[in-house]
Amino acid sequence: MSEGFIDGAADAARDSLDTPKPLLVVEHAKKSFGAVHALNDVSIELFRGEAHALLGENGAGKSTLVKIFAGVHQPDSGSIFLDGVRVQLSSPAAARDAGVSVIYQEPTLFPDLTVAENIFMGRQPLRSGRRINRSEMTKLTKDAFDRLGVTIDPSRAARGLSVADQQIVEIAKSISFNAQVIIMDEPTAALTEVEVARLFDVVKTLRAQGAAIMYVSHRLSEVFDICQRVTILRDGAFVKTALIGETNIDDVIRSMVGRDVVAAQSAGGGTDGANVLEVERLTREGIFTDISFNVRAGEIVALAGLVGAGRTEVARGIFGIDRIDAGTVKIDGKKLKSGSPVAAMNAGIGFVPEDRRQQGLVMEMAIDRNVALASLRGLSHLGFIRKSSERKMAFDWSARLRLKYGRLSNTVMTLSGGNQQKVVLAKWLAREPRLLIIDEPTRGIDIGTKAEVHRLLTELVKQGVAVLMISSEMPEVLQISDRILVLCEGRLIDEFSREEANETSIMRAATGLARTSAA
Amino acid sequence: MSQHLDEALSGAATANPKTPFILKLVRFREFAILLALVLVFVGTSLKNTSFASTSSIQGLLSGPAVIILIAVGETLVIITRNVDLTVGSVVGLSAYLVGDVYVHYPHTPVLVALLVGIAVGAACGLVTGTIVAYARVPSLAVTLGLLYIIRGLDAVIVNAVQINATSLPAGFIGVGANNFIGIPIMMWIAIIVVAVVGYAMRNFRATREMYAIGSNPEAALLAGIPVQRRIFSAFVVSGALAGLAGALWLAEFATVGSTAGTGYELDAVAAAVVGGVAIFGGSGTILGAALGALFLNTINQALVAGGVSSFWDQAVAGLLLVLAIALDRYLVVRSERILRVEGRDRGRH
Repeated sequence: MSEGFIDGAADAARDSLDTPKPLLVVEHAKKSFGAVHALNDVSIELFRGEAHALLGENGAGKSTLVKIFAGVHQPDSGSIFLDGVRVQLSSPAAARDAGVSVIYQEPTLFPDLTVAENIFMGRQPLRSGRRINRSEMTKLTKDAFDRLGVTIDPSRAARGLSVADQQIVEIAKSISFNAQVIIMDEPTAALTEVEVARLFDVVKTLRAQGAAIMYVSHRLSEVFDICQRVTILRDGAFVKTALIGETNIDDVIRSMVGRDVVAAQSAGGGTDGANVLEVERLTREGIFTDISFNVRAGEIVALAGLVGAGRTEVARGIFGIDRIDAGTVKIDGKKLKSGSPVAAMNAGIGFVPEDRRQQGLVMEMAIDRNVALASLRGLSHLGFIRKSSERKMAFDWSARLRLKYGRLSNTVMTLSGGNQQKVVLAKWLAREPRLLIIDEPTRGIDIGTKAEVHRLLTELVKQGVAVLMISSEMPEVLQISDRILVLCEGRLIDEFSREEANETSIMRAATGLARTSAA
Repeated sequence: MSQHLDEALSGAATANPKTPFILKLVRFREFAILLALVLVFVGTSLKNTSFASTSSIQGLLSGPAVIILIAVGETLVIITRNVDLTVGSVVGLSAYLVGDVYVHYPHTPVLVALLVGIAVGAACGLVTGTIVAYARVPSLAVTLGLLYIIRGLDAVIVNAVQINATSLPAGFIGVGANNFIGIPIMMWIAIIVVAVVGYAMRNFRATREMYAIGSNPEAALLAGIPVQRRIFSAFVVSGALAGLAGALWLAEFATVGSTAGTGYELDAVAAAVVGGVAIFGGSGTILGAALGALFLNTINQALVAGGVSSFWDQAVAGLLLVLAIALDRYLVVRSERILRVEGRDRGRH
């Protein structure tokens, strides 16, 4: 695929690289959300005719930068120049008018309206009496598709278009706006190979027409196929910008990972316990496929992978929240009824979800009642819940988890993020689960509490509990897991023991690169 | 993850130009209702020959004019993913106030009387629209509250003084009683409104934007659509048409108390939904809603002609409503599944 590198468009890109006149420049952009520095002094230049890759791990700040380009976020400080003129991208409309257009991984179309209407909504061509000129609109849509070299029926409804075609519609919208800068956020994540090839053709066409493309992707091989330059972010900070020809995949991965490799700690659990969880050929069509693995008593198994790889979905499938299409889940050798969280709970599975505010806690309810929520059956007498046993249970667990609270009758809302997470943990631990599934256990909580959650998990496995952990934080995965399963695009692509795992090997697997070619 | 549906719907790409039949069915909802309408009519006529008589047909045509007008306005509101439950009460208020105009000014021209009705309704829509669009209170709650408020206002104004035919000039009553080319004048008015609004819904930016808002509210904001103004307009039009319907209601029945139009809001919603207007917005046509109203009325008449108790009329209307919604849901789930499997198979190449 690298022939794109020597065609005319690439030459044009080279030429424009020689002339020091970037189309879009971001200088020293900073953006914080509360105490979190999402972007810290990031600069990037986009030239006409180039496809510029933006790379980084989960949470490196790519999305924030994209949203600044889209006019969704405004930087706290720093400046943006378009064709040498300073601009404010103060709203999505302002960004659009400035000629900056963002194609999201999941396009936002109007499913009930036609493709042509989707492209021209709010600025349809008119005929006499300010009526919409449908034939002109269809023709303009066809023209846009012709320029992109694709065929989509302009008068069909957007509902039912593949994600690939939806992206094409969004791109057609961009060029009908005369967008100069087109930002593609993970455009190929949901695409098949044929569709990816067509998208690459479109990218080449756009470059040849003088657009600047910023290409955000986790798939490094693609980046090396179609991009001319690459900028890498890490933990919200700028790492470097390089010509694709002057770097290589391993170098890029090193820059993305960056930190010192964290030494694996003993999780305390062995891998010789009996199987608690056995997952066989679990499939949810279009989401994840043919997932088989097991978790033994006394071990922590991590599901690693990039955002969108299907990790949370697999967990939801095991716990019975989402319907599965094929495969079985066994707990202690007994087949679990699928699609039933109640059956999963009765079999001894605890599930601590990713988004504790939405799914794990009733924020307006008192701490003790939240703790007791999953154990009501054990606490009730003749169908009534005994307040005293509820309190006692909450008190015991709060002490064991070192929960910091005012009164147990205060609402959960009054707690810090880390302590809220402890309440969710207490809620499930009170049921004394055989298997604890925990999704992003330390997201958004401070370092001190993080360490306590880790200590808690390692203590749990020492008592013979099996833990399945999903985490996007590499150091966490390496620190406390006994085994690491890597998912990529809905498939279980590799498994590492603690000894063989390091950030680079996991990152390579997660981006879909074969292990054999690893350094 | 909300994108599952989108992903699931992926398969239908251009690679597969043959749309499954099940997806096509949705587009022909108007045709299906028309067909059902004819079937009900023919079936009932065979059992009860008087059903096909001229006077009966006129009953079939004049009866639903009021509901058609309300359903047209309701359709605009539903398309924006809202609902207007005030319309029944607006019909009552408008009917009484138009009658009151005749009590005080017996020589008011018919056209002015109709305009008074429209103005009363538009004023109600203005209030509703302001609260829903600009104060961002959910329309279900706002219009449910206003349903009672407007009805209460009506009761206070009427204050047990009914208006009857003696106060109304023959010319005005004629709108409800007379025909033009064999079709009641009321129905002509409804037909004109359906034609004009139906045309407008297809051909103007503002109306297309209403569809966009109902289809994907967030995308509508991102596309720079003046979402609040469009929702506001939909409520004003809905109110105005309910006001017009109220004036016609008075012309038809020639007497009005404080309960006129009670329950019409649900008839209007039912007509729209049976007529293929998606209850969650974004799709549906004016013609479909009008046919839905006609269909429900014809079933009502057919059951009466067949000597079936009026309880069954309500039950049948309810059943049709549930069936219409279930059909929509079924089509979505079914197409989702088809496309998901297709998408996966294509992905394996």
